[in-house]
Amino acid sequence: MSTGSTHDARGAQQLRVARPATLDDALCALREMPGAQLLAGGTDFCVEVSFGSRRPTAVVALRRVEELRGHDIADGHVRIGAGTTYAEMGRGALASTLPALAAAARTVGSPQIRNAGTLGGNVATASPAGDTLPLLVALDARVRVRGAAGERVVALERFVTGVKRTVLAPDEVVVDVVVDRCRGPQEFLKVGTRNAMVIAIASVAVVVDLDARAVRVGLGSVAPVPRRCASAEAHAGEAIDWGRLWASEAALARFGELAAEACSPITDHRSTADYRSHAVAVIARRALERCIRHAT
Amino acid sequence: MPPEPAVIADRYELSVNATMRVVEDAWIGETLLFVLRERLGLPGAKNACEQGECGSCSVLLDGVVVCACLVLAVDAVGSEIQTVEGLSASGDAADIQAALVRGGGVQCGFCTPGFVVAIYDLLRRNPDADEMAVREALSGNLCRCTGYGRILDAVRAVQRARAS
Ligand SMILES: Cc1cc2nc3c(=O)[nH]c(=O)nc-3n(C[C@H](O)[C@H](O)[C@H](O)COP(=O)(O)OP(=O)(O)OC[C@H]3O[C@@H](n4cnc5c(N)ncnc54)[C@H](O)[C@@H]3O)c2cc1C
Ligand code: FES
Ligand code: FES
Repeated sequence: MSTGSTHDARGAQQLRVARPATLDDALCALREMPGAQLLAGGTDFCVEVSFGSRRPTAVVALRRVEELRGHDIADGHVRIGAGTTYAEMGRGALASTLPALAAAARTVGSPQIRNAGTLGGNVATASPAGDTLPLLVALDARVRVRGAAGERVVALERFVTGVKRTVLAPDEVVVDVVVDRCRGPQEFLKVGTRNAMVIAIASVAVVVDLDARAVRVGLGSVAPVPRRCASAEAHAGEAIDWGRLWASEAALARFGELAAEACSPITDHRSTADYRSHAVAVIARRALERCIRHAT
Repeated sequence: MPPEPAVIADRYELSVNATMRVVEDAWIGETLLFVLRERLGLPGAKNACEQGECGSCSVLLDGVVVCACLVLAVDAVGSEIQTVEGLSASGDAADIQAALVRGGGVQCGFCTPGFVVAIYDLLRRNPDADEMAVREALSGNLCRCTGYGRILDAVRAVQRARAS
C-alpha cells in the first residue's frame, strides 16, 4: 500500500506535509497521501508524537482551511466550524448563544491549550473526558464530515462509537458541528482535582428548553461515550413547575440520583467508579438548580 | 490561487523573532519546542513535560500564547513566532523580567521564561487584569519553587508601575 511518503534518489524516505487553505485542497492532499494524518491544534496530536504512540509519515495541517473556521448563528441553529478553538468558544456571540459550551471550553486545560485546541479535534479524539461532548450530546449535535465519497451528517451519538473511537474514515475531515438553538438556561459542570489543567473525573451538561418544556442532560467521563439520561430528563420535565421555573429540593435530588444511575463508570488512576457516580449525582443536581435559579 | 501541494517536510523556513530561519534535515514529527532548542539554538523556551502541562515552553504564535511542545514545527511555517529571546532583545518584557527578579519570583528559574511570555501576553491584552484574571491567565504555567505568591506580586508590581 502506498503511504504518504515517497523516496528520494538515495532511497531515503521522504515525509510530506500539506498546509492547504481550502477544504478541497485538504481532501485532495488526503487522497494524494493515503495514510496521512490530520493535524488541527496539535494538543492531542503532538503529545502522542512526543510520547511515541504516533509516528506520522505524512501530515495534512488543517489550521489554514477557511471552511473549518468561524461559526454561524442562525434563527434555528448554530453551526460551529471544526477549527474553532476553545478560546473562540469562550467569547462573543458564540459564548452568549451556547453558554454551557463556553463554560466547558473555559475548563479545558489552560489558556495555552485553549488558544490551540479545537472543537473538531475534541470530537475526533472522542475521549470519554472530552469536555465539549456532554453539551453536544445533550443538544443532539450533528457532525458534518466530508471525504472523497462526499459529505455525510452523523448524529454525535452515533459518531462516537467507543473510547476514542469514531465512525470517521481515514479520508474524511470533520467540517463542522451543528446544534439546534434552544431558548433557556444551560449549565456545564466538571469535577477534577483542581480548577485548571484537569481532565474531568465526571462532567455534566444540563440544558433547559423553555419552549419544549423539557430538560436535556449529557454526561461525560462516566461511560465509554458521552451519554444522555432519559430517566432524569423525563423526571425533570414533569417535576419542574414550568410557570415559575421551580422544582422542589426532593425533585432536584431525585434528578441527581437518576443521572448517577445512568452512569457506567470505571475505576482508574483519576477516580474510583463510586466517586464518579457520587460526583455525577451532585453536579447534575447543582447544574439543574443553577439553571432554574438563573431564570427566576 | 493554485492548491498548495504537499511538500517534503525535511526542509522549511520559520519566522522566529522577525528573522527567517532555515530548518534542514528535520523529521516531520518534531515539535516547535524541539526545533527552537535543538536546531535553532534558542533554549529560552524550556522543555519540562512535552505534554502541554507546565507552560515552560510558552511562545507567541501569530501573537497568541501557546505551548511550543504542542505545535508541530512544520505547521508553524508562515506564522510569526516570538520567543522569550525576542521579547528580551526588544526590551518589551524588560519590566516583567526585572519585577520577577526583584520580587523573588525567580528561584531555580526554569519556569521563568514561560511566565515572562504568559505575563507579557496577558498585560498586553488586559493591562488592568484583576486577581482572578491574572490567576486564570497563568494557570497553565507551573512553578515548583516559588509557591506563586511572589510571581503574582511581580505581576501587580508591573501593573502598578505601568499605570503610573
Ligand atoms: C495539557 C492538556 C490539557 C488538556 N485538557 C483538556 C481538558 O480539560 N478537556 C478536554 O476535553 N481536552 C483536554 N485536552 C485535550 C485536547 O486539548 C482536546 O481534545 C483538543 O480539542 C484536541 O484538538 P486539537 O485541535 O488540538 O486536535 P489535534 O491534536 O490536532 O488532533 C487530535 C485528533 O483529532 C484529529 N482531528 C483534528 N481535527 C480534525 C478534523 N477537523 N477532522 C478530522 N479529524 C480531526 C486529528 O487527526 C487527531 O487524531 C488537553 C490536552 C492537553 C495537552
Ligand atoms: S514543555 Fe511544553 S508545556 Fe511543558
Ligand atoms: S522558579 Fe523553579 S520552577 Fe519556578
